[in-house]
Amino acid sequence: MLEQFLEAFQGIGILNLSWGNMAMWVIAFALLYLAIKKGVEPLLLVPIGFGIFAANFPFTGLMDEGGLFYIFYHYGIENELIPPLIFLGLGAMTDFGPVIANPKTFLLGAAAQLGVYVAFFMALLLGFSIPEAASIGIIGGADGPTTIYLTANLAPHLLGTTAVAAYSYMALVPIIIPPIARLLTTTKERAMVMEQMREVSKGERIIFPILASIVIILLVPKSAPLITMFMLGNLFTESGVVERLANVSREALINIVTIILGVGIGATMSAENFLNPKTIYIFILGVIAFAFAVAGGVLLAKFMNLFIKNKVNPLIGAAGVSAVPMAARVVQNMGREANRDNFLLMHAMGPNVAGVIGTAVAAGVFLSIIK
Amino acid sequence: MGEKKVTAPLPGTILKIKVDVGQKVSPRDVILIIEAMKMENEIDALVSGEVKEVYVKERQTVKAGAPLVSISIS
Repeated sequence: MLEQFLEAFQGIGILNLSWGNMAMWVIAFALLYLAIKKGVEPLLLVPIGFGIFAANFPFTGLMDEGGLFYIFYHYGIENELIPPLIFLGLGAMTDFGPVIANPKTFLLGAAAQLGVYVAFFMALLLGFSIPEAASIGIIGGADGPTTIYLTANLAPHLLGTTAVAAYSYMALVPIIIPPIARLLTTTKERAMVMEQMREVSKGERIIFPILASIVIILLVPKSAPLITMFMLGNLFTESGVVERLANVSREALINIVTIILGVGIGATMSAENFLNPKTIYIFILGVIAFAFAVAGGVLLAKFMNLFIKNKVNPLIGAAGVSAVPMAARVVQNMGREANRDNFLLMHAMGPNVAGVIGTAVAAGVFLSIIK
Repeated sequence: MGEKKVTAPLPGTILKIKVDVGQKVSPRDVILIIEAMKMENEIDALVSGEVKEVYVKERQTVKAGAPLVSISIS
């Protein structure tokens, strides 16, 4: 009788709350604060923050096999279901018009993947394993779902860290881009007004997702889960005949899976996974990856200008770091700062959208080499 | 002398029109705001003169290059 009593007493949560749990609570509260008070990526950081908080109670069984958060994580993330569904919604939201009107911008989106590979090699030098290094490098693509997709595949123990790093740096795009882009361009280059974009026909918009699928998937088959869903979502919107499907993809569906994704990721963030020196390295490598991504895009734009007739404003290369549409907005602001009559927003959307595809392709390349 | 048509430098939705017909403007006066990608873009008059005609309404969507306002240059 007394023994049972003692056992029940020992099962009380408060006696078993470890320092690690409490440290993770501090991190959870910090993320919730940033999301709620500072507006930093709230759609992701509210569920992630709460997920960390909830998963760090003792004895809940939430992350044990069959537990609620385990189910979210296992079926949604580990099985790679949710990131492609998010890509479906993103595809339905995406306007490929600027890319179709100016296909050169595709190259700028590709160049911005430089950061991914720089961070990958630096992570290897720091002693991370190849799958870990790839998951860290992909942070430089500034694309949340792709980062989650690749890390879940290659280094699931780093999932929480790489996801939080990717989303926090995305929120910092307005701080990361300007100094680097300014360093690599002259005021005259930034002031350059680009020729107005041509109109894109409905036919081109319908053909594009199909044509892009053919080219990309034949080149990098492992990018198929993300690319097929992205292009299907886009076709939903551009075809104009399935507005119901387009609408549910970019609103209800993406919102539902975002909840499960956020909580599931937060739940992987236990003290032993997060509170170790690797986390610091990952955050440092993440910002280096972002910096090189910006530089890669800007430098390729300058290089392209040596050959092409219709020059591009090199700033739009900086939008190749995805983070749609924040990076394009930053470019717009920088262009206007140099010349009040300069509107780069739509021009920057080309590399911006291409950057999303570029990152999905980079993930596909890693998967085909490593797996 | 002459007339200047201010056109939309980017596609978007007219969020606010800040001038009326007959109003005097100088080059750096903001005549309207176009919202694109959830970003407010101020459009300047670019010339000094008097607003002759406003071609758009608030909440209307415009394509790049669409005429917004004509100004008789003084």
